[in-house]
Amino acid sequence: MSKPEKFIEDGIRLDGRKIDELRPIKFEVGILNRADGSCYLEMGGNKVVAAVYGPREVHPRHMQKSTTAIVRYKYNMASFSVEDRKRPGPDRRSTEVSKVSRQALEPVIFVEKYPRSVIDIFVEVLQADAGTRAAGINAASVALADAGIPMKCLVSACAVGKVDDTLVLDLNKDEDNYGQADVPVAVTPGGNITLLQMDGHLTSDEFKTGLEMAKKGCADIYKLQKAALMAKYSDDTEGGSNE
Amino acid sequence: MSNEIISELRKDYIYNLAIKEERVDGRSFKDYRELTIDTGVIDKAEGSALVRLGNTEVIVGVKIQPGTPFPDTPDKGVIITSLELIPLASPEFESGPPREDAIELARVVDRGIRESGAIDLSKLCIEEGEKVWMVFIDVHVLDDGGNIMDAAALGSIAALMTAKLPAERYDLGTDGDVPMRDVPVAVTAALIGGSVVLDPTNEEETVAGTRMTVISNQDGALSGMQKSGEAPLTTEQMNYIVDIAIEKAKEIREKFLEI
Repeated sequence: MSKPEKFIEDGIRLDGRKIDELRPIKFEVGILNRADGSCYLEMGGNKVVAAVYGPREVHPRHMQKSTTAIVRYKYNMASFSVEDRKRPGPDRRSTEVSKVSRQALEPVIFVEKYPRSVIDIFVEVLQADAGTRAAGINAASVALADAGIPMKCLVSACAVGKVDDTLVLDLNKDEDNYGQADVPVAVTPGGNITLLQMDGHLTSDEFKTGLEMAKKGCADIYKLQKAALMAKYSDDTEGGSNE
Repeated sequence: MSNEIISELRKDYIYNLAIKEERVDGRSFKDYRELTIDTGVIDKAEGSALVRLGNTEVIVGVKIQPGTPFPDTPDKGVIITSLELIPLASPEFESGPPREDAIELARVVDRGIRESGAIDLSKLCIEEGEKVWMVFIDVHVLDDGGNIMDAAALGSIAALMTAKLPAERYDLGTDGDVPMRDVPVAVTAALIGGSVVLDPTNEEETVAGTRMTVISNQDGALSGMQKSGEAPLTTEQMNYIVDIAIEKAKEIREKFLEI
């Protein structure tokens, strides 16, 4: 698709959303048998699976820390997840995404409870539709809880961006490709920012307003994450979906 | 970088100073270390810059040559940024392919240049779909005194501003300047205790819970940001960093990078 002439008409975006509206989100907890914790997430057109293993023994041994657990995060895109086939295996982008995502989750994990061990988080992007790192963090956060890893809280993530000189929440593919800015944000329910990146063009006032929008979006995602976990571990069958 | 080994006593000292709003080298929280930028230091490169920021020393070489454009942007030039943390620069660095720290640094430098539109890529097209100028920005870190990020970003833009398109060498007309439109400047803050300090030294980086890089343009708008590190930031800290980073970038640009 080429660049649309207008992204927003009468306050409604091309996919029918309002400017501060998230895409449809659906969490499913504990979908994998072998993993200690897992989560499947659909966020708009994104389909991601997160699996958590551990705390378990560290291999290679020299990576282990004597006082805390280490956290590893591997973000990987399936070769069929994007329009043009992606060459399999890690690349520079996925290395960076893995690093910032790990650092988005690490502050909420009680790593000091498990010295000399590792908590492995694997995120597989099956279908990509803008905002995969946020989707990965949302799913990984739930998978960590599903694995019973002691955490201070969950982490929720979404992006805010700019199209047609207007700030919009949770960019879709076209808004991401042809938009003016993209700011992925991850926050804790208490409002602490654990991930923030930005590219594009924003004034400082736009940034500050955008950050508040993203925090609101994250707060809504947090409710869905909690509901998804409750659905699995209690007899409350509401589930984690905003559809 | 941040996993460097320094004594716990030294860490406590730095931390306790920060609480008293002081720093080891006597700077205020918003001060940069002494900065010098020398351009044209490598004759063989189309553009180059040697940046000294306190004890940090970074050399940037820009090589420009004709090549094939990417299929999705047939009428645009190509920028490729790489950075290596070679063992010469710090006892903490190991040889081998770039790891996540080096990749992150290179990608943030690249983001600042790309997203600010600093280079007019459409003017780097020689023949649509066939031949465009490829701009390789290679950052060589010589001495890690902390805040490699800002030194690398400054060196890259300074090298680009003085770089020439080597058209004569490839029978493509006369040599020209790289078409520059903006001067993005990266400013990095570190969070030590609850305090925000600019331009952290390598020692301060070991104590810092997180670093936040903010890249801003001539018009004062933002073109790139990256939070790097485990410690969370509050919204107030974040907004404060954005404000002082834009102000500091303006200062640095006026002093060192006026076109």
